[in-house]
Amino acid sequence: MPRRLTQDHIIMTIAIHVENLTRRFGDLVAVDHISFEIGQGEIFGLLGPNGAGKTTTLSMLATMLKPSEGTATVNGIDVEQDEDGVRKSIGIVFQDQSLDEELTAWENMDFHGRLYRIPADIRNQRIDELLKLVELEDRKNDIVKTFSGGMRRRLEIARGLLHHPSVLFLDEPTLGLDPQTRNHLWQYIATLSREKGITIILTTHYMEEADRLCNRVAIIDHGKIIALDTPANLKDGIGGDVVTIKSPDTAAIVEALKEPWINRMDPHDGEVVISLRNAEQHLSTIVTLITGQQIPISSISVHKPTLEDVFLSFTGKTIREQEASTTEIMRQQMKKMGRH
Amino acid sequence: MDIIYTIWLRSMKRFIRSKSRIIGSIAMPLFFLLFLGFGLNSVVSLSSFGENYIQFLIPGMVAMSVLFTSVFSGIQIIWDKQFGFLKETLVAPVTRLEIMLGQTAGGATTAVVQGLMILILSLLIGLSIQSIPGFLVAIGFMVLIGIGFTAFGIAIASTMEDMNGFQLIMNFVIFPIFGLSGALFPISSLPGWLGAITMFDPLTYGVEGIRYGLTGVSQINPVICFAVIGGFTIAMTGIGAYLFRKISI
Repeated sequence: MPRRLTQDHIIMTIAIHVENLTRRFGDLVAVDHISFEIGQGEIFGLLGPNGAGKTTTLSMLATMLKPSEGTATVNGIDVEQDEDGVRKSIGIVFQDQSLDEELTAWENMDFHGRLYRIPADIRNQRIDELLKLVELEDRKNDIVKTFSGGMRRRLEIARGLLHHPSVLFLDEPTLGLDPQTRNHLWQYIATLSREKGITIILTTHYMEEADRLCNRVAIIDHGKIIALDTPANLKDGIGGDVVTIKSPDTAAIVEALKEPWINRMDPHDGEVVISLRNAEQHLSTIVTLITGQQIPISSISVHKPTLEDVFLSFTGKTIREQEASTTEIMRQQMKKMGRH
Repeated sequence: MDIIYTIWLRSMKRFIRSKSRIIGSIAMPLFFLLFLGFGLNSVVSLSSFGENYIQFLIPGMVAMSVLFTSVFSGIQIIWDKQFGFLKETLVAPVTRLEIMLGQTAGGATTAVVQGLMILILSLLIGLSIQSIPGFLVAIGFMVLIGIGFTAFGIAIASTMEDMNGFQLIMNFVIFPIFGLSGALFPISSLPGWLGAITMFDPLTYGVEGIRYGLTGVSQINPVICFAVIGGFTIAMTGIGAYLFRKISI
């Protein structure tokens, strides 16, 4: 009897099970005892700044990297016990391009199909189907070198699907693409999940991407999962709306606004982010309280909470700030390793 | 077998498309052949070879062409690593050995085809083939050099992170292997100590083997040539496969 996962009253078969998964590189703990389960057909997002451990997690699930500790199964197959078994059932689109630029789109697909030992007749049929799906059929005999970034990405997704994997890994699928192409790709990914029932696990540091695409999101920071829920629940957890006030004196604002109807305040980087219910009604009171104390306001804005606000509320930093500090930590780590 | 064929097929497609690379790698041995061959033909007389210097030089240039092309093909996996394509192969449900053997087969085929091109061009400037079996023997030695040195290139590439060390390897490993092989001069004419060094160069046996096949004369017994270059090829394939298994990306 397969194990089942209950979430939002829907019963799902488990596609990925991760328990205490850990990976160390020297002294650095890139992934730190994370556990989660992904149901079949789900789109699951790993959201976090660069260097948070998303790609490392994905690499371990894809058998590209050995875990230091903990276990992971994909479709019930242990990633350490049976590498080939896992590899046959997954498709991967890497963060960096992995196409042969000297070959045509069709030849790249053909190479992949042969590597996965798909018989010729089925292979040819599927290649044509998939190239049509990603709207590259009229460019199929062109060398990949002549393709744009978006076309390459689409080709890689088509290639990742060629051997009919039940789980598709997408590592930063829209990194470096223009907004229009990004939108287009999101539609493809959503369609894939809906029509083919493929489980999709994607990493991203784009809030909007996680919000629009994923059924559930794990927010990951410094190798740990700090929050895991549906995007809607995560945003609800903030408690209502978000008011952002820019000011040279953020500490004074926090002092002036100690009111019971304010859920929380996070001063950071020249602005205070305030979460509260029914922000529109309280806005005039907020302004009165601040200006009454002679505190200058540079700007003020009200918006519905985004995953960025969720990240901020858990870490006290925005993703971009966190990225800067993580890069710094990694740089120091590299220096240290170099010295040894 | 079908995985090895798949990877070989990719090498062939890339090879056929890279016209500039084909011409570029024929140019050097061809120029050597023309400049050295015609330039030194009247000056150099080889007592053990009744014929002229060009006849002596042709097998050496064929071997040179195979050597450089095969090492270069092997080292190409660094590019696959840098351009990300290696990931695509490594994450597929295939063994590292199959990938390595496919690369080796592809590199060796490319190298032998390049060598054959030099051989055919040589026919135009005076090479006379002694016998068909001899010609086949020469091709056999070309195949062994091709496999051995492609595997050698893969072994080197597996331990290198990027192309930075490439020039160093070319200048301090590949060029000496070529220079000390007796491709340009008869090894018997070297002073004793230098002659001894050439005996440690696997390419010496390859060149002598090809020379035996094409001209019917060689300074080393062709059976010994076959044994040494054959042994080198097997050893290199083993070492290359071992190091390639450890490659990480």
